[in-house]
Amino acid sequence: MGVSNNNNIDLTLMDKVFEKYAERQGALIPILQAAQSTYGYLPGEVLELIADRLGLSVGKVYGVATFYAQFYLERRGRHILKLCDGTACHVKGTPVLMTAIEEEFDIGPGETTSDGELTVEIVYCLGSCALAPVAVLDEEVIGRMRQEMLVRRVKKHIGAN
Amino acid sequence: MVSVAELAANREKARERWEQKIEADIFITVGTGTCGLAAGARDTLKAVEEELEKRELSALIGQVGCVGMCSYEPMLEVQAKGQPRVNYGNATARNVPEILASYFEGTSLNKSVIVGEMTPTVTRSNGSALYSLSFVDPEEHEKIAFHQKQLRVVLSNCGLIDPESIDDYLAVDGYEALEKVLTEMTPEELIEEVTKSGLRGRGGGGFPAGIKWGLARKTQRWPKFLICNADEGDPGAFMDRSTLEGDPHSVIEGMIIAGYAIGAEAGYIYCRAEYPLAIKRLEIALAQARELGLLGENILGSDFNFDLIIKEGAGAFVCGEETALMASIQGERGQPWPRPPYPAVSGLWKQPSNVNNVKSYAYVPRIIRMGAEWFRSLGTEDSPGTAIFALTGMVNRTGLIEVPMGITMREIVYDVGGGIPLDRKFKAVQTGGPLGGCLPEEHLDTPVDFDSLKAVGAVMGSGGMIVADETTCMVEFAKYFMQFACDESCGKCPPCRIGSTRMLEILVRITDGEGKLEDLDEIRRLARGMQRGSLCALGQLAPSPILSTLQHFEDEYRAHIEEGRCPAGKCRALITFEIVADLCTGCMVCGRNCPSNAISGEKQQPHVIDQDLCERCGLCKEVCKFDAIVVN
Repeated sequence: MGVSNNNNIDLTLMDKVFEKYAERQGALIPILQAAQSTYGYLPGEVLELIADRLGLSVGKVYGVATFYAQFYLERRGRHILKLCDGTACHVKGTPVLMTAIEEEFDIGPGETTSDGELTVEIVYCLGSCALAPVAVLDEEVIGRMRQEMLVRRVKKHIGAN
Repeated sequence: MVSVAELAANREKARERWEQKIEADIFITVGTGTCGLAAGARDTLKAVEEELEKRELSALIGQVGCVGMCSYEPMLEVQAKGQPRVNYGNATARNVPEILASYFEGTSLNKSVIVGEMTPTVTRSNGSALYSLSFVDPEEHEKIAFHQKQLRVVLSNCGLIDPESIDDYLAVDGYEALEKVLTEMTPEELIEEVTKSGLRGRGGGGFPAGIKWGLARKTQRWPKFLICNADEGDPGAFMDRSTLEGDPHSVIEGMIIAGYAIGAEAGYIYCRAEYPLAIKRLEIALAQARELGLLGENILGSDFNFDLIIKEGAGAFVCGEETALMASIQGERGQPWPRPPYPAVSGLWKQPSNVNNVKSYAYVPRIIRMGAEWFRSLGTEDSPGTAIFALTGMVNRTGLIEVPMGITMREIVYDVGGGIPLDRKFKAVQTGGPLGGCLPEEHLDTPVDFDSLKAVGAVMGSGGMIVADETTCMVEFAKYFMQFACDESCGKCPPCRIGSTRMLEILVRITDGEGKLEDLDEIRRLARGMQRGSLCALGQLAPSPILSTLQHFEDEYRAHIEEGRCPAGKCRALITFEIVADLCTGCMVCGRNCPSNAISGEKQQPHVIDQDLCERCGLCKEVCKFDAIVVN
């Protein structure tokens, strides 16, 4: 995955983050998490800024950012749909849900729609196995999903937000 | 700084508030664990408020943690003063009026279910008490089947108290153990008591907790660090999540006590980011504990200082391994480092550290209050206490259970779990998640404890328990876990990084019908390499699901390879779905549900599946009410 630069982002938003974690040992990961929370992803400029402020090489910061599944180095959709493919959900039909999303929105796992509205990803186990198959649409956990139900729910959510 | 006397005063006030709750005219609670919320608990709460307004009743409404009956969520409890406390399942917002009518007017229920009457229970020992809830069948007047063999110790407060209320926790004798430890015991005496109890780590390793603490205490270097592993990465496991969401203070209390034991002043709770509610409840609980002086400097007037920080995981299963976890706290890539030296000697930032699982810490206050002897009286000689499992998969009653160690697997699957749905045949139960093995039918009478499971080639693991039936393809199952291991391998060790990839390739070929008999030997060869050459348990144990399924279900592997057949009818490349014309009524339900529009047919005429379009998802078979669709 590549680092994206030239993103016209406001680096001053990072000031608050650095202030909060100034004294902490080993704060790189919480700082990356806060940065991603601020920008929606980790732009290359932000990685460089963090490296500079923490006295680390850009390579080291890049190495940590690319190790953890939570971090994205590319801009993502305005809405994120996570489909749980943990054991119970897998057995109860997540692959079918993914197919339904693929057909409706023309994106595969990890991809973003061309209009930048929706990103769909497969995650492993949200720990709500008895409600399989489980999905998370932005902050909302929805269980016992069926294809049409899911597609309608996603479209409604995008339209309303 | 808060003194012991002030804590006692707070506890008295908390107990009074608790009594007021129980004595309220109407007291209603809704389960708000992640499962409950996902099933609509927030809407249920709103609906309850609305319905009460309509009835012009005022009630005390609260929230509780999850009681482990996930398939019944959302769950609602109603209690009118002097009346039994009744728990209703499937209490969606729409069903609320029906439920309240049932409670107050005795009308029957259509869509909801009476799960049971909740009767409070108290177990006493050592001058202390353990409060819990029992689910009693209102007709049979005995515990409901799901709970008959359960023994809730770590989960005793889940469903009983409001997890966001430290008052509730104090009212059920919370932080009494901490008080006892700081005022009556030296760290050495504390370690001796925990060692005597025989508590073995519940993260999967089963190492005696007291001994581990003793080793960290012995190391004469400061600062020392206490760490809670709340990374629970096994798919299908949610024991730690439920404990943190339902009773966060018990974990915090356990950690403060452990910190005192080893001589640490700082602790970290490493919680995976995929558990936002657990993190939120922990944050609330930590703030409350600090406010009451239970965290911070000179706790309860002693010279012991201790505080906790939450570190969120960032989506790496390998960070459940203790050294990778510590690397992550240090802000590095989550790659394990070699042991020895063990964390007790050199851990976080090379300082003496102690890592334990969420559940292990949650046992500690109970052991201190009720006594080591009491704990030893539960479970077995070598595995005292209880075990908590997330029972999922093909059982009638999925959920979170706590049972005494030594119960047999058969009892768990059939008595607690209610057996296999649709009268299908049991095939195997998988424990230990992606790093565990499976137990086939012939081993169903194995007692569930650390050593008995090991003796039959299985592991306790952290508590994930997945039941497979005749419709589960064991090769596909193993492939699923190897895919997971491959994705999650940190990449440091070639045997793990490359071995898992090669193993996966082989499994994919087998499930695609392109396997060769030599593959089985190759699997065993790769497995040996991974077991011997990997630095951490991820690489060492990732071959376990394959080796275990290969050992017990070799015939399935051979069917895939030699006959191109998937006996369970699951592997998409090897099956076709066909509509039996004689049985098809032309109701068109299958066609409507087909994601590939592969089914065609006129109304009330037999339908046909286009094999070129069919994705083998199996949805048509699932929705067909006439059993007219077969798998070949």
